[in-house]
Formats: sequence, C-alpha cells, structure tokens
Amino acid sequence: MGLNVTSEMAAMSATRSAGGAALLSIRNVAKSFGKNAVLRDISLDVAEGEFLTILGESGSGKTTLLRIIAGFETASAGEVWMGNERLDRQPPYRRRVNTVFQHYALFPHLTVEQNVAYGLRVAKRPDAEIVARVAEALEKVKMSAHAKAKPSKISGGQQQRIALARALVNRPRLLLLDEPLSALDANLRRQMQVELKSLQREVGISFIFVTHDQEEAMVMSDRIALLRSGELEQVAKPREIYGRPATAYAAQFIGHTNLLKGEVRAGVVHCGPLMWASALPDGVALFSLRPENIRLAAGDVTTPAAVRARGNVRQQAFHGATELIRVQCGGELVLVVRTPGGCGVLDGVELEFSPADAVLVRESPERI
Amino acid sequence: MFSRAYKAAVTLPPLVWVTVFLLMPYLLMFCYSFWSVSASQTIVHSWNLDNYRQLLRVDVYWQTLLRSMWIAARVTVFSLLLGYPLAYFLSFYAGKKKDLLYQLVIIPLWVSYLVRAYAWKTILGSDGVLNTLLQYVHLTRHPLEFLLYSPFAVVLTLTHIYTPFAFLPIYAALEHIPRNLVEASHDLGATPGQTFWRVIFPLSIPGVVAGATFAFVLSLGDFLAPILLGGPSGIMISNIVVSLFGAAYNWPLGAAISFCMLLLVVSLLFFSERLEKKWSFS
Repeated sequence: MGLNVTSEMAAMSATRSAGGAALLSIRNVAKSFGKNAVLRDISLDVAEGEFLTILGESGSGKTTLLRIIAGFETASAGEVWMGNERLDRQPPYRRRVNTVFQHYALFPHLTVEQNVAYGLRVAKRPDAEIVARVAEALEKVKMSAHAKAKPSKISGGQQQRIALARALVNRPRLLLLDEPLSALDANLRRQMQVELKSLQREVGISFIFVTHDQEEAMVMSDRIALLRSGELEQVAKPREIYGRPATAYAAQFIGHTNLLKGEVRAGVVHCGPLMWASALPDGVALFSLRPENIRLAAGDVTTPAAVRARGNVRQQAFHGATELIRVQCGGELVLVVRTPGGCGVLDGVELEFSPADAVLVRESPERI
Repeated sequence: MFSRAYKAAVTLPPLVWVTVFLLMPYLLMFCYSFWSVSASQTIVHSWNLDNYRQLLRVDVYWQTLLRSMWIAARVTVFSLLLGYPLAYFLSFYAGKKKDLLYQLVIIPLWVSYLVRAYAWKTILGSDGVLNTLLQYVHLTRHPLEFLLYSPFAVVLTLTHIYTPFAFLPIYAALEHIPRNLVEASHDLGATPGQTFWRVIFPLSIPGVVAGATFAFVLSLGDFLAPILLGGPSGIMISNIVVSLFGAAYNWPLGAAISFCMLLLVVSLLFFSERLEKKWSFS
C-alpha cells in the first residue's frame, strides 16, 4: 500500500526534532529487564527549548525511557547524546539534566529553602549566589512565603512547585518531568498545566514530560511521542497526531474515533452501507473517522461528494459543550457522532461526512 | 466498636501482669533501698538515706558505676561502627543476597549468650587460639595477658553480643528511606558521598539513636561477660549488685544501687526517644 509507506516515512522524519539543533538525541535505545523487553529501538531527538511529551499507558515504558535519560537506569542497547557529549556513560550526578519526580521526592529533613538550595550547595556555589538564586526560584513558583516550612507542612500542589523550583534553580539544559501532575486533583491539575507551560516558555529550557493523560499531552506539548509497549507509535505535533493519526492505536488513544475497516475494490471503499471513492489499491484498509467530522444531515440538502448514511440513535452521552451519540447504521456498523446539542429524533437520522476526513491508518498489531 | 466488657477482658490480664511482676517488685525494691541490715543479719524496716549516702562515700561503688558506663560507652561506639556500615551495605548494595545476609546477622542471636561468651574465652585465653597463633608466627614470645580477664575482653565480647542490637534499628531506618530521595540527590548533582552525608545519614539518625540506646543500656546492665572474662579489673556494677543480694547479704544497699541504675536507664530512654522524635519525618 503506497500511502502506508509515506506515512511511515513521515513518522520517521518526525522523530528528528522539527528545525533547530537537537539538544538531546536518543539513538536506538533498548531496555530489557531479564527476558522482559521494556523498550525496543527508540530513536528520538529533542530540540532546544522544546516541550516534548512522552505519552503512553502504564507499562508502555515511558518512565523507563525517562530514567535512562536521567541516568537511573542503563540502556541495554543504544546511545543517548546531549550535543556532542555521550550522556549515557555519565553517572546521574554529572548530567546537566534535572528531574521532577512523580511523588516530588522532596527531602523531608530539609526546609523548602534548603531543598531548593540543595543542588547549588552540593555544587559548592558561593553562599551569596545560593541565597539569591533560591529566592529567585521561590519567587518564580510563588512560594517565597513558605521558604522556612518543612515539606510535610505544605500541600501537594505546593510540594509540586518546590520540586519544580529545586530542579530549575540549577539551570539544567533539560528538565525531565515524570507524571508530575498525576497526584493533584482535577482543578489544580488544569491550573498547573497552564502554569507549567508558561513557565517553560519563560525559562526556555527543554522539557520532557511523561504522562498517560492524552488531554494533558495535547494541551501542553510542542510535540507528542506516543509510546506503546516499548515502541514509538507516532511522534508528531498535537494537531497532527490528532488530525492525521498514523495508526489505529494512535487514533484511539488520542481522542475519540470511529475505526472503519473497509474493502477497496476498483477505486471504491466499501464499509458496510458506506461507500466512497479512493485512490487506494485493492485490498483491506483501516480508516479513522473523528466523531466531530460526522454531521447530522439537515433535511435533503446534500453536500456533493459527502458520504451519507442512515441509522437509528442507540445512545446519547452528554459531555457539556457537546454530546456523543451512537448511531447504528445497518448491520454491525455503529458510528459515534459528536453533535453540539444532541439529537431530537432518534430513528431514521441522516449522517454525512467528507471522505477526506476518513484518515487511512495502519493496524496496530498486538505486542507482548 | 468493641463492648466495654471485651475491652476490659483484653486489657486486664496484661495490666495485672505488669503490676504484679513489674511495678510491685520495683516499688518493693524502692522501699528496700531505705531500709538497713542489723548486726544480726536481719533487715530493719527503719526509713533512712544511709544506703544512698554510702553509695556516694564508698569509692568502689561510684567508681565501678563510672567504669561500667565507660565500658558501655565503648561497646556502643564499636557496635555502631560495626553495625552501621553493615546495615548500610545490606540495605543499599546487597541486592538479592540481602535476605540471606540479614539472616546471618540474626542467627547469632539464637545462640546462647553463654556459648558466645565462652567462645571468646577459648580465643583470648593464655593458651587460647589467638595467643597460640601469635606465638606460632613468632609475633609474641609469651602469651599476652591483657587479652583475657580485662576490660578489653569485656568490651570485645559485649560488642560482639550487642552489635546485632545496634544493627537492627539502623537497618530498619535505612530500609525506610524512600529510594527516590537518593535518586533526587544524585539528580541534583550530589556525588554518592555527598548523598550519604546530606540525605541518607540524617534520615537514619532515629535508627542510630535507637541502636546506640540498645547497645548502651544492655551492656551497662550486663553481669555475665565481666564474670566470665572481666577478671578483677573488669568488674561491672551489676556484679556488685549480684553479690550484695547474694553472699554479702545487703539487700538494702543492692536495692539502692539498682534504683540508681534504673533512674539512669529510664532518663536515657527518655532522652533517646526525644532525640528520635526530633529526627523522624515520616
């Protein structure tokens, strides 16, 4: 299939950072624990000042990849480079990389201030400089008032800020964040997403952010690297990965989608009652069609070239601004449609979508 | 949740036990310490402070108490010096051998105290293992006398016996240190040495205090090691108490010394608990 090859090439070129010199270069990294392969042949570049998110389910290997960059794990194969320096041969304390840990890992016996000063202290910076930089870092995360408190006396959100200040005060070239927002409640989480993103722009340091939350990844990232069972599924900008998912898994993991399995015969795709013209060669093909790209057709106004279907509403789910309705379109085919205000009639609804919105995706075979 | 009758049934037996077998004997001992022994070897229930005065006046008593504390202090230091590195190694670097090594530290505790003390006798004696070896390799010509029947022998034996007691709380404290703190320290640029002194050691202080307290209190009250290996110069305060309650038949004076030791130990426990609390952050 010709199109598959091009999308693969697009995926490969996207692992190289878009423009700018690569700050960090992960080359063919693999990791296995005993017989259990956690990461397989990962290659990924991170640009100077980029916000890159490694997105994946639990067990996808995203934290292991982060720990290899930080130096807490050694890769079984492959190399990690920062500029022209081989990073993966250095112990963690020699890498100009800092980490914000999932559970913050603040030192319980030190005050907030001493926690933030830690990196500068062990680097034996002069006292005056330490005091100034710590004050500045605390100011930046709006925690100056809590400088003398012990970590156990401040809230989770505040601990989060201190962990951030403690890392940033060292002016690392790259900041690693391991699901730093996962312990916060939904509201605070959204607030911190915005703050973190604007902080990253302000300091101009490259961030590698690990999360399992696709919405978080979309909101914050310059690019998303989608990891599945230890392999990169797709690396692309949020809009691109959402609009042109390369694989069935990418399409399903990020947002809602309808996966349509069609058969191409003589330039026409057949999928249950649906049919549309296509330049694909004959054979089976898989398409992703986003619910918001399907419209409820009003009366008998027909858009030329639109694919039309007729079906009965089986389920409606209210999502606030939009509603998702499930429409059974004859036989096995059920389409999920996003509408602004639900659907009045239940039986005999007319649906239409543009064939251009049915994105050809690769199958995602099971991996162990 | 539980009925009052149930609560009473559960709490009463231990309360009775502690009262009858612990508090009352202590109280009785406290009373004895104010009584005296008559010329005809009977105990006279007349209340006075003579025993406590005698404690301060007669050199041998307070000197022995001081020597006991000095021995216990040395035992404590050596137990910590041996126990801490061992616990640190086991907790951080032993990997899969951790459980096996841990058992190896614990097993000596199952061996009778007497066996372990006698073992040192056969090692340190005039024709013991050590002296025979030293003479065999011509390092010494005559058996070294200071090895056995000396404070040295007592300190050595007690260190051997109480090191596991120092080791255990230190090991527990080290095991409780979240490993991501160690990673965070390395991540912030601290070398392994800096990480130890700035993170690991401060967080293990409660364990060190508990271990030191165990070693000091247990060795301070020890009387078997001095009997078996101490000789005249290695006598400890408990040996005096034993003889006062035995052959010397001066229960009141023995009770007074015991009460002073009890006071010493209780205040020690009090301070060590405060210290542990000050340094615990969980």
